[in-house]
Amino acid sequence: MTNSKHVKTLNNANLKCSAAKGGCGECQASCQSACKTSCTVANQKCEHEEK
Amino acid sequence: MIHKYSLNGYNIVLDVHSGGVSVVDDAAYALLDYLDAPMQEKCPEEILDKLSERFGRDELESAYAELYGMYQDGILFSEDDYEQFADKMVSSPVKAMCLHIAHDCNLRCKYCFASTGDFGHGRKLMDFETGKRAIDFLIEHSGTRRNLELDFFGGEPLMNYEVVKQVVAYARSIEKQHNKNFRFTITTNGVQLTEDKFEFLNKEMSNVVLSIDGRKEVNDRMRPNAGGKGSYDTILPHFQKFVESRGQDQYYVRGTFTRYNLDFAEDVLDLNAKGFDQISVEPVVTDSKYDYALREEDLPKVFAEYERLAKELIRRKKEGKGFNFFHFMIDLDQGPCAIKRLRGCGCGNEYVAVTPDGDIYPCHQFVGMEDWKMGNLYDGTFDLKRKEYFAHANIYGKEECGKCWAKFYCSGGCNANNLQYAGDVLKPYRLACEMEKKRLECAIMIKAAMADTDSE
Ligand code: SF4
Ligand code: SF4
Ligand code: SF4
Repeated sequence: MTNSKHVKTLNNANLKCSAAKGGCGECQASCQSACKTSCTVANQKCEHEEK
Repeated sequence: MIHKYSLNGYNIVLDVHSGGVSVVDDAAYALLDYLDAPMQEKCPEEILDKLSERFGRDELESAYAELYGMYQDGILFSEDDYEQFADKMVSSPVKAMCLHIAHDCNLRCKYCFASTGDFGHGRKLMDFETGKRAIDFLIEHSGTRRNLELDFFGGEPLMNYEVVKQVVAYARSIEKQHNKNFRFTITTNGVQLTEDKFEFLNKEMSNVVLSIDGRKEVNDRMRPNAGGKGSYDTILPHFQKFVESRGQDQYYVRGTFTRYNLDFAEDVLDLNAKGFDQISVEPVVTDSKYDYALREEDLPKVFAEYERLAKELIRRKKEGKGFNFFHFMIDLDQGPCAIKRLRGCGCGNEYVAVTPDGDIYPCHQFVGMEDWKMGNLYDGTFDLKRKEYFAHANIYGKEECGKCWAKFYCSGGCNANNLQYAGDVLKPYRLACEMEKKRLECAIMIKAAMADTDSE
């Protein structure tokens, strides 16, 4: 997290690195979680073994 | 690509392709109206001129310098270089299944997409043989995937509770030899959720979805039993006891809001007041011919309600009395990988639904649409061409999604809704998109507000 006068970034912004190591498919299918009518992935957990 | 918005006093900037989320002050926010990649080291004079009435030159220059720093760090206007992963978004093993163990129901919910449980094809309970074949199918098609998910769905699955137990026992008896780990979940309306079932369900179900709409009058209007009487007084105590027996964990109470309760935040808060802290309340998905269907003109009201709920949630979190609202939960650092996010819901590719007759459909929302049937467990058919088609229903297969700022969070919407309302699996359904984007804006704003508290 950076802290300066005009901007404050809240996270590591690591989406790009996640792509390189990702895609193993072990995590929950998104529609199974609660909703059954929509697809929201933002709240899902990664279950990749060596992260 | 960036998305910026002001909400609840926060100027928020989402850098779409890096996932970076920043809160910026008014000067930086104003500058962003004029900026795009490639950024130059010094702020162009004409931009300074344009904003000179609102901000001092020094202020603009220092804000620009910080934005430029973000740009150099790859968290502002970062590039879309995900096409290279397109090969990871092809046909993959089947690893999740929605098992329609009962096409029958003891409620007559008005908005039920299964048309009161039978999906328009007559009431029917799945027999054990079909359930067993479903387990075998899943194992056989799951390749190297270890975690296999199976949701008992309906209709109302507890109307066929004995077969649920048999199917679980069967899967448990063979999972080790196949090096698999089954995760069962169940979605129930609660009518038959009596204490004698708690022990089994708590042992075997890694998550349970408990259907209830919120306030008594809201629930009873849409969720009556076959005799027309509201279900609330039956299900609420069942759910309360059940959740208690699970240690308040691994469940969702899940409601639907319609045009009849556009003040649905009240329903969320009422569920919380009744002792639930894992809550999901979602917009009804139904034909616009119905009176209770959400319409375009309802959006401002729905948006305002999401904002109201978000602010209330922040207030409660700060007091240590927060709860989880499914669609506001977002993990900005440790969430799923970008591939997962781009791949879409998996329907018809890594996820399928199976009916009491052993018919295979792309997902529960497609069940009953004859044209979309993918195969059958008894004649051994499984349409791989169609599977391939769904594998390409990812973000890059949907033109509008590729350009959408919400793509890494929404994952491309619901194929079934797209088909029903926009006429094409690959065409996002606008009303759903607008609500999804609003929920995301609220979810991110909550993070900003909580980060603000932490640093105080
Ligand atoms: S488990 Fe993690 S790495 Fe694997 S697909 Fe899911 S989010 Fe990506
Ligand atoms: S479905 Fe709608 S909100 Fe979701 S990524 Fe596609 S266009 Fe965006
Ligand atoms: S098509 Fe819709 S209902 Fe079906 S799995 Fe995907 S998001 Fe869920």
